[in-house]
Amino acid sequence: MGWQNRILRVNLTDGSIREEPLVAQWAQQYLGARGLATKYLWEGMDPATDAMAPENMLIFATGPLTGTMASTGGRYTVVTKGPLTNAIACSNSGGKFGAELKLAGYDMLIVEGRSPKPVYLLIIDDKVELIDAGEYWGTTVWHTEETLKKVHKDPQIKVASIGVAGEQGVKYACIVNDLHRAAGRSGVGAVMGSKNLKAVAARGSRGVRMKDATAFLGACSSTQTKLAASPDREGLTKYGTNEMIDTMNEFGGLPTNNFREVQFEGTDNINPSAMVKANANGHVNLVTNKACFGCTIGCGRIAHIDKEHFSVRDRKEYWHASGGLEYETAYALGPVVGIDDIDALTFAGYMMNEHGMDPISFGVTLAAAMELYDLGLLDASKTDGIELKFGNVEALTIMAEKTGKQEGFGKELGLGSRLLCEKYGRPDLAMAVKGQEFAGYDSRALQGMGLGYATSNRGACHLKHDVFSEDMADQSGTGKAKPCKDSQDKIAMIDSTGVCLFTTAAWDTGEFLQLIHAACSTPSDPHGDWTSERLLQTGERIWNLERQFNLAAGLTKADDSLPPRLLNDPAPSGVAKGRVAELDKMLPEYYELRGWNADGIPTAETVSRLGL
Amino acid sequence: MNPKSLILDADKCTSCLQCEMACSMEHEGTFNPARSRIKVFEFEHGARSIPYTCTQCEEAWCMKACPTDAISINQALGTKVIDESMCVGCKVCTMACPYGTINYNSASGKVTKCNLCDGDPKCVSACPTGAITYA
Repeated sequence: MGWQNRILRVNLTDGSIREEPLVAQWAQQYLGARGLATKYLWEGMDPATDAMAPENMLIFATGPLTGTMASTGGRYTVVTKGPLTNAIACSNSGGKFGAELKLAGYDMLIVEGRSPKPVYLLIIDDKVELIDAGEYWGTTVWHTEETLKKVHKDPQIKVASIGVAGEQGVKYACIVNDLHRAAGRSGVGAVMGSKNLKAVAARGSRGVRMKDATAFLGACSSTQTKLAASPDREGLTKYGTNEMIDTMNEFGGLPTNNFREVQFEGTDNINPSAMVKANANGHVNLVTNKACFGCTIGCGRIAHIDKEHFSVRDRKEYWHASGGLEYETAYALGPVVGIDDIDALTFAGYMMNEHGMDPISFGVTLAAAMELYDLGLLDASKTDGIELKFGNVEALTIMAEKTGKQEGFGKELGLGSRLLCEKYGRPDLAMAVKGQEFAGYDSRALQGMGLGYATSNRGACHLKHDVFSEDMADQSGTGKAKPCKDSQDKIAMIDSTGVCLFTTAAWDTGEFLQLIHAACSTPSDPHGDWTSERLLQTGERIWNLERQFNLAAGLTKADDSLPPRLLNDPAPSGVAKGRVAELDKMLPEYYELRGWNADGIPTAETVSRLGL
Repeated sequence: MNPKSLILDADKCTSCLQCEMACSMEHEGTFNPARSRIKVFEFEHGARSIPYTCTQCEEAWCMKACPTDAISINQALGTKVIDESMCVGCKVCTMACPYGTINYNSASGKVTKCNLCDGDPKCVSACPTGAITYA
């Protein structure tokens, strides 16, 4: 069986730890990870609850393919109500922590309540305990992870933890596992901090048993062969996700200087070629590529900073290698703040990982602050004497660290772009949807992306839909609603299996069916065997349940929007020069395709059809 | 002719652990890296990933140390093989091994080590980067 059929429920208020059987019927309807955790959240809490209140649930969920040999089968998802968006949050991470939780025997960890003092949770198979974390509170992710391995005398323990950013409620604090992988978005780390939970450390030796190992190994092998042969997969292995930066720049979809521009002149200094080129000191940024658990792609980058660079010249503690630039970090610590210094970007990336912050939201919030500064609404007296000008390299490195440590103006940057821009009287400058900042794709050049951003249940996100090929082929909003809706459903399913979205470099529904059928079909399943139709309907059910959560949390149609800059100001250059985001055309068509009324509410028929 | 050996190339290893899963499935019937005979160790924030398993030493100290003669040589493959029916779980071999590649399994009460899957090592076919070869 793909599932362990056990979950762990920890109440931090009273310190109770309980093991429960997985609700099998829900697993059949929602698979695992994103979908199944959403169902548990929906059944377990009032969506109107304050995200930082003890009543908010924090769920770490694996999928039926997590901890198996299925290629990339190491993912887990954190589902909770997010403080950045006040909507449902679902943040997916790789590394090895998720698989370890599953190998310890649990499909899911549900954390409730708030501990009276800082604690961490130690899970070693059946032995689960809450331990005082007083000496870890106020320290970094890297310190916490390395120290816990030493204290428990096991370098194979896997740790998911928060830094000071999460402890102090930075709206986009993340949960970092395995030093540089993260459940990154929507502020899930701040929720963990609000519960006084510093870390979860896991070690598993129960393993994952399949009902028919031969059939499952066959499915793994054939799907892996397909992935290995894919040119798109090869691109990810060789160049990492940052291979996108040149494509987006040439196309005119690379947000620059807080979306005032859509092309950036400095990409040659931060693209994959720059990562492997020796600088004047003979230093090469990239060290190697790195895989997450079970991953046969290996898109992760390990890099190091030139010791002569101003950011680390006197700081030996940052001379070691660590997680390097991926496309979103390169964009959000680069073009959107007008910076092309590869060492500065890498250093700021280290700060994100060490202190536990989402680089996308941090970078776009800094970009908003830079625009406020440019307009004279902020000045150096408020920004600790730092000139927050687009392109100021020191502004990036210093503010990344100050925000991570919650010092000085870093406290204001920790609010996220929406609250920061409201505070300074220009809410229109926040490049965000539902309070969550945009990834590195401009909605004027990629119309389907804009619709996906506007309708994503967790706020602006590039990973919840895939209209990329349609957007590259045609710059209008026509015909984008259907591929957006269909891909949202498919990805909701993929996110619920426990494998990585990047397998779609070569896989489609058929490959997921092979794996899920081999792992999950059982004679006792009242729904019968898994089929493609059932998989895609599962995705649609998940999407609609997330939507219901958001509506119950108080979100409305008005939250399915884009900032005025993208709706009113034409793209200044690139293939879409002169275009604005055509959301007004796409959104009604999208609602109709979804089976929602004109206010974006699922109709009774839709609710009934999906068994919600 | 010398028997073939596992050749481990750390420069090619990405630490994906496909080898550990193939090994544990072959020998334990589950995906369970904690019970794998081959282990990948990570250093320097993941900048170095090093796969590691029994070298099938010519002069095998585990075999010499075993008080019940539970470890013998498979001449054709050059492997040192544990006869589980004779192993009493005393762990002396685990102390004798200079490399730490023979290990006690608390679930079975016996020790385990790589036997090259009787000449068809599953870690080799599982490795996606060619870091593990058998030649």
